[in-house]
This record gives sequence, C-alpha cells and structure tokens, in this order.
Amino acid sequence: MSQSTVSILVVDDEFSVRDSLTSWFKKDGYEVLAVESAAAALRALEARKYAVGVFDIKMPGIDGIELQERVHHLDPQMPVIMLTAFASVETAVRALKQGAFDYVTKPIDPDELSHLVRRALEQQRLRDENRQLRSTIDELTGADEAIVGDSPAMQRLQQLIRSVAKTEATVLIRGESGTGKELVARAIHAQSARRYFPLIPVNCGSLPEDLLESELFGHEKGAFTGARQRRKGRLEMADGGTLFLDEVGTIPRKMQVDLLRVLETHEFTRVGASRPSRSDFRVVCATNDDLRRAVAEGRFREDFLYRIDVFPIEVPPLRDRREDIPLLVRHFVDQFAMRMQKPVTEIAPEVMVMLQALDWPGNVRELSNTIERAMVVCRPPVLRGEDLALLRHAGGVAPAEPPRDSLAAVERRHVAAMLERTGWNITRAAELLEVDRVTVYNKIKKYGLAQK
Amino acid sequence: MASLQLVPIFCGQQAGLVAPLGARLAALLGLEVVVHEATFDAEVAFDVDRGQYNTRVLLARLLQHADPKAPRLLGLTAVDLFIPVLTFVFGEAELGGRAAIVSTFRLENELYGLPPDPALCFERLVKESVHELGHLFGLVHCQRSSCVMASSNYVEGIDLKAASYCDRCLGQVRRQLGGR
Repeated sequence: MSQSTVSILVVDDEFSVRDSLTSWFKKDGYEVLAVESAAAALRALEARKYAVGVFDIKMPGIDGIELQERVHHLDPQMPVIMLTAFASVETAVRALKQGAFDYVTKPIDPDELSHLVRRALEQQRLRDENRQLRSTIDELTGADEAIVGDSPAMQRLQQLIRSVAKTEATVLIRGESGTGKELVARAIHAQSARRYFPLIPVNCGSLPEDLLESELFGHEKGAFTGARQRRKGRLEMADGGTLFLDEVGTIPRKMQVDLLRVLETHEFTRVGASRPSRSDFRVVCATNDDLRRAVAEGRFREDFLYRIDVFPIEVPPLRDRREDIPLLVRHFVDQFAMRMQKPVTEIAPEVMVMLQALDWPGNVRELSNTIERAMVVCRPPVLRGEDLALLRHAGGVAPAEPPRDSLAAVERRHVAAMLERTGWNITRAAELLEVDRVTVYNKIKKYGLAQK
Repeated sequence: MASLQLVPIFCGQQAGLVAPLGARLAALLGLEVVVHEATFDAEVAFDVDRGQYNTRVLLARLLQHADPKAPRLLGLTAVDLFIPVLTFVFGEAELGGRAAIVSTFRLENELYGLPPDPALCFERLVKESVHELGHLFGLVHCQRSSCVMASSNYVEGIDLKAASYCDRCLGQVRRQLGGR
C-alpha cells in the first residue's frame, strides 16, 4: 500500500535532523516537507494541510511548544509529535497539555518513530471517519431542524422567514400547538447574522412567576434563600444571539412591565443586584394564544403586545396544508427508522390515505408521535395501515383541549408545565404538585399529555 | 550489463563476506558486481559522543570518492551506523540515488547475547543489501511482510522476510534496470 498521499511536516533548526528525518520518512512512502523554523512552518501551513507534524521543541525564535500551540489553532486535527534532545517531565507535560500527540527524546528508536507516526495517522483517520459519520447522522436526524413541506402555505412561510431573518425586527410567531413554532424560530436564528451566537429558548409557560424573573434576569449570590452562587440569566446568555420567548402569552402582567423596559433598552438588573447589565439580543416570541383577545380580557398588556408584534408570522395548522402530509410522513419514517435502527423503507398507500383524512388537532407534533408509535409496532420493511389503525384506537389522536379558562384547562397547563420543568420526572412533578405519583399518571391520561 | 560497485569500509573480521555478498547480489539481481576499495578516511564519520558512524557522512564520502562512471555504490562495513535523529540503522540509502551502505554490526547474533550464527548473519546481510539497493531503484517500504522491501526496525523483522522482491517491487526494479 502506498502512503504517497500522506504528508509530514518536519520542523527542526538542525540540518542533520531535517535531512535524516526526510530520508527516513520518504523511504516509508510519505511526502515530506522539512523546514528550519516555526515561521517557515506557519507559512507552509497557510499554503496547505499536513497529516502529521514532527516539531523540535528547542528552536531559536518561536519554539516548538509555541509553534504547536499556534498550529493547534490553525488545524486542531493535526497530530504533532514533539522532539527534544533533553527529556524533561515539565516540558512533556506542557506539550501534551497543549494538545501534542506525543513526545519523544532524540535520538529515537527507529521502531518507536515508525509506530508513533502510524498511531498518529490512525488516530487522525478515526477522527475523520467519526466526523464524517456524525455529519451523516446529523444530516439524516438533524432533519429534525428542517421545516418540511412545499405547499403554497409553507412556501410563503419560508419566504417570510428568509425576509425577516436578515433584519433585527422582533418576530411574533403565531400558530396552534404542535405546528412547529420553535422550528420557525430556529430557522430565523439560523439564517440571521446572529447564527454564530446562541439561540436561548425560554418556555415562559413552564416557569412560576418568581422563578421566571430569576431565570430571565439572573441573580446575585445571596439574592434569595437558596441563591448560593451568582447565576447568569437567559437575557445575558443570549448576548449576541436570539432570545426565544415561547408561550409568551403566559407571562404574568407584572413581568410584562419589566420585560417591556428590557426589550426597549436591552438593560436589565439581576435579582439582588444594584447596577443594571446590558445584553445585545434579538427577540423572537411564539404563542398559541389569541393575544388581542387576551388584551381585551385584561390578561395581556397592550403596550407589551405592540412591542413584540412587530413582524407577525402565522404557522398554518396541518389541516390547512394536507398536501404536505405525504412529505412529512416520509420524513418522519426515515427519521425514526434511523433512530430505531429499523429498516422501514416502504409506506403502504393506505397509510397516506388514512393520515390525510384526519384533522390533526395536535398538528405536526401529533403526526410525528403517531408515526413514532406506528414505527414501534410495524414489521420492516413496510409501514402498513394496520400499524396505524390500532394506534388510533389506542389514543393516537389527541383528546380535545378543554376551554382555556376552565379549571380543567388551568390544571392541564399546570400539570404539563410541572412535567416539562422536571423533564417528565413523575416523582419530582408529584412532589411539586403535592400529590402522589398515581394522581400525576391519572392527570397525564386524562388530559392526553405527551412528552415533547 | 548494469553494474554495482561494492566498497568495503572498516570491514574488520567480516572482510571475508565481501566476495560471497558480491556473488549473491550478482545472482539475485543480475548485476555485474565489482569490488572497489575505499579511497577515503571513513573515520571522519565517527561521532565520539555516540561511538557510532554517521551514515549521512559516509554516503557523502562514498559519492565524493567513487568512480564517477559507477552507476551504483554499496558500502559494506562492520561498524555501528546511525542517522542523527535515530538510535541506529542497519543500513541507509538515498531514495532513487546512487549510494547505499549496510553494516553487519547489528546483524550478528552475539550482539543480542545469542550464540554466533555466521550463516544467519550472512542471510541478514544479503536481505539488507537487497533492501537498500531497492531504495536506490526508487522503491519505498512495501506493506507485504514477505517482500524484502518491508520495513525492518529490529533484527527479527529481517528474519521474517525473504531476500527477494515481491512481484510489484520486482516490476519497478526491472523497469529501472532497463526493462528486463
């Protein structure tokens, strides 16, 4: 097997070392460039990549350790073997801490040198392979992040996202539960100039008022009982990026006043702090509530609504874009087949007919859950109608939500919020709700709650 | 017929191996082998600190003092060889060049505390010579463990391979020797 494509960069100020290593590596079939200084090595690395570096530690000017550090920034994947004439534990530890692949003392045993280079190349090969596999998986499963659908409604939505993403305008995403409002928020962030900074989501509905304040603004050490450390709030974490306020309609009125000021000035004060802090973030909000009605009913402040409703985006319910159902079904089947390691490659025609006939009150999320459950029972390679029929009787279609202000609606929201907050840890949720676990299970069943 | 000049350098007690090695290389490679005494002082390659001889210096001297018409040179020595960055080498050659050198020093069983075995030592010498000559023909190390061009960094590794080239390496040697 020829190794002619593998290149090694040798850096040593001594001619005899460069000369012997070049001769040695060339006979092993490697392509070699040997240079006398770190400056020459950095110039060489600007021109092209090398598979392995062999650097002498002691050199005039920039020494091998510093060179290794700089190379690590230029090409973090490049393994570097450090050479030295004098063995010193301190130097070895320093080199290895900075990411050197290994460290050897001159003169080197020929067998050790051959092994070292082979091991470095093998490690790099595995790393490359791993990266490639990860990107393939991300491509397939990260389709999670994709907005699927080419109906006119979805094309309009994509156009709106593209237009608004490039601006700094505050966006209000409206749509029924399960339509994919968070995906829209992520798409806006991903296509904006802020994409290299974080997107910080805050699920306003899942946090009680006092917690929401400290969650958003952060708190100082000792600000309240239990605040043992200073904590960054979401506003501060979103600096440079996007703050995504989900379920914005559930923010209490008092908090709306505070937030209104923050959204206008980008200044806020941590709980327990005396001086305000600044953060540069863009705001994207989402709601499934009718905020104009909420204003009329006094639940929502009008000034806050005007502040967030700068660029409204409607996400259509699934029943208004039934033509996208086959695409979505294909997408979810591929995704779950990959995750479950189940080779389901065909979808029986009756599946599409059945799924397109339903109204999907729980929208895309409900469709996704239905496909996931069908995939559990289905026998590869075909997803059949019978896999769905059973599931629909078993509750595949979400129960209708009770009217929003009824006691049941409030209870449903609160139980769901506690479950989200505890990551669906039933025991913890039961503790917070001060009921037993069986009651929590009964509420989940009664309201048809499902983990998102 | 292509030729090879065999140059003994500090052969000491191994001087008797020069003629048989020449005959064997002639038979294996189809080369005309001529023995030519060194006309330079090889002591210049001695490194006092290491107690070894620097092959890079020896190869340079070999080229400097050789018959300019000789297409290939193979130095044969009994002293311990090194290249500056490595602890030792069995031999050394310029890839695609004219000069190579091999040593018997690390091929003898006695160095490893084993009973002397002159026949085994000679076999190792033949393999290392054919290997270094392969580099002169432009061959790099071969991944086939039985090919003489397989890399051997320890003496047992030399014993594992044959004294001949694999078909692929042989093809390249033949092209270098004029398409035979």
